[in-house]
Amino acid sequence: MAQGEIVAGCLAPHPPHLVYAENPEQNEPVAEGGWEQLRWGYERLRESLKGVEYDAIVILSPHWQTYVGTHFLGLENFQSLSVDPVFPNLFRYHYDMNVDVELAKQIHDKAESAGLAVRMMTNPDFRVDYGTITTGHMFRPQWDKPLVVISSNRSRAYYSVEVMQEMMIELGRVTREAILESGKKVVVLASNSLSHRHFTTESEIPEDMSKEHITSHAMHLWDMRIIDYMKSGQCQRIIDEMPEFTEQAIAETDGGAFTWLLSTLEVPKYPAILHGYGTIIGTGNAIVEWPVYRHKAV
Amino acid sequence: MAGGEIIESFIVPVHPHTVLAPQQNQGWQNLRKAYDDAAQIIKDKEADLLIIYSTTWPSIIGHQIISDPNPEWVMVDHDFHDLGSIHYSFNIDAEFAKQWNKENHARGLQSRCVNYHGFPIDVGSVVALTLLNPDNKIPAVIVSSNVYADRSETTVLAKACKDLVHKTGRKAVAITAMSLSNRMFTEHIDAKDDRIHSLKDDEWNRKILEFLGQGRLEDVSQLSRTIQQQIRVQKVVNFKPMWWLSAINDNRNDLTGNVLSYEAINGAGCAVVNLNPTSSGFGDKEYDEDEVEVFAGERGVLDAATKNTETSKTNSGPKLWEPTEAKGSVNTESAPKPVGAYPHARRVGDLIYLSGVGPRQPDTNTIPGGPIQDAEGNKLDYDIKAQTRAVVENIARILEEAGSSIDKVLDVTSFLVDMDRDFQGYNEVWAETLGKVGPTRTTLAIRALPTPIAVEMKVIAGI
Ligand SMILES: [Fe+2]
Repeated sequence: MAQGEIVAGCLAPHPPHLVYAENPEQNEPVAEGGWEQLRWGYERLRESLKGVEYDAIVILSPHWQTYVGTHFLGLENFQSLSVDPVFPNLFRYHYDMNVDVELAKQIHDKAESAGLAVRMMTNPDFRVDYGTITTGHMFRPQWDKPLVVISSNRSRAYYSVEVMQEMMIELGRVTREAILESGKKVVVLASNSLSHRHFTTESEIPEDMSKEHITSHAMHLWDMRIIDYMKSGQCQRIIDEMPEFTEQAIAETDGGAFTWLLSTLEVPKYPAILHGYGTIIGTGNAIVEWPVYRHKAV
Repeated sequence: MAGGEIIESFIVPVHPHTVLAPQQNQGWQNLRKAYDDAAQIIKDKEADLLIIYSTTWPSIIGHQIISDPNPEWVMVDHDFHDLGSIHYSFNIDAEFAKQWNKENHARGLQSRCVNYHGFPIDVGSVVALTLLNPDNKIPAVIVSSNVYADRSETTVLAKACKDLVHKTGRKAVAITAMSLSNRMFTEHIDAKDDRIHSLKDDEWNRKILEFLGQGRLEDVSQLSRTIQQQIRVQKVVNFKPMWWLSAINDNRNDLTGNVLSYEAINGAGCAVVNLNPTSSGFGDKEYDEDEVEVFAGERGVLDAATKNTETSKTNSGPKLWEPTEAKGSVNTESAPKPVGAYPHARRVGDLIYLSGVGPRQPDTNTIPGGPIQDAEGNKLDYDIKAQTRAVVENIARILEEAGSSIDKVLDVTSFLVDMDRDFQGYNEVWAETLGKVGPTRTTLAIRALPTPIAVEMKVIAGI
């Protein structure tokens, strides 16, 4: 069997507003558009990966929050209605997604051997979190590739960003190992925003773009700093500054997805492609691609 | 109907073990037994409303209240999915939910009702309602816990609810779905090995339960921030449920408390506690935090220049006067006090002339829908519909005092401080209220009114 590979890694945030604004047939509410900058960003990302072949998508979303270890979806198919508990007015999405259980189990097993607390999720009534679904939809609306869905272990809440990073770097390492051993070509996605302070009010028309902006200048500065690091191939600095970033920008990186992603990519030193940046209800969101396929080690 | 009250309160645990797997561990079984006893108390007291404040339903846009009369789905816990699924079909008091939402707005809170098929009711609410209301006979309401809310917002949320319970004559039970110490084991453990995560957590839990057992709910409420620091994993910014529960119980410290059970679930401190309003004769409050009646924002923690400062809370305008007396003048306690030397109304022959009526509330001088600006003149967001409705209600009260009524209104002159922003909302409320009576009307845009309100009406009515 040929060696597997990670063909690309992406920062692919999941505010449900993006699906809402797109009006796909799966989502019940209807919008008059909105958040185009980010939706065009997703378009560019999809376009960029058009010629790249892969077998599966591995995703870590902060909205499947687990406090007892890291969990993996462990059944072949999940179908249901996902209603966002925070923005139910925007997101009521009928999903039908396939899971690459084999790959999930391989990552699970590797993580277990590495001493991480892990569990397969095999309850058929389980509803997949809206973060996974939003990112899944925006990244590949055809839903024709199987996913591996990894929960967000809330180690940050129990310990510190430092401990969270240790665990996520380890989880990223074993994720990479399992993918290489699987013989599959895979895209890895971290589903999170950057700065993450929301407005606590919503305008009458949620997609009223005259109301949309970053919550504060400090948040903007942090987001731009992190984006600069990504664009200039200085991902180690992101890891180094993650504690301050997470704390001061109340960043959604607390869920571990971003650290995990960088670890699966061996903390890239080459420039990432920024496909878009925009705010959603005050939070900062970047759509970023690490085109591993262009930087294959010889 | 009036005179409703909170007849019992309960603190109950959130994890699904008590529903799905009590037999696996003696402690879980004890909690289940306590849950069943609590359900019996509620039944015996003939409660007609269950109000749940759930810490496992976080919200961002203010607070959310379930208003689907019959939410049905299957709940699977994010962590403990291997224990199984809980099918639910609840009986929700949608009318109460909608009214509570209105009361919240009148007190300056962001709030909204949630009524969508398939909405995922959170694990804490599902467990609590499944066990406390097994035959679904008693209608319930569920409110979320706002992630950014602090004490005053949480307190005002409870007061808005409490007022409504009083007004609607309900025999209500207040329930907080919550853990005490919430640190769980971060690795999978055998059911038989369950215990409180650490001795420190256990000691704090016992201290809290000692207070609650003595009915000292307000003391626990005022220790909330300390409790958060000591034994709470920082999932959210504060330990809020005790603020809510104490405020809905009039911030009392002399309730009759009874700890029905205290056990661990996967390391977290879980208790079923009953608090009854009968006075235990216990001591006074140890601490003394401010009473807060109306919420005007306190979330500007990131930006010192934020408009939502404390000062805006008290901005209800210039000093108030006692209404003047003269021949034919009509004055009433049930209308807001004048801001100058004039009466509420004056009668001449078969006609009654009202002084300009705004939305301020007679007893508290607060402004439903919120003031238009704070004390420093910074603009605030306000609800013109709530203000207009309050104006019409004030007019009705003054007219009734004068022996007339709202359906005898003949002519109205309305003043709006922001015609562009507010005309539509004002006009909608008009159509629902005075529009049905049919007086002549003139609407004017003006620069300002003496208090921070957006609408005022000048009325002439028949007797
Ligand atoms: Fe999120």
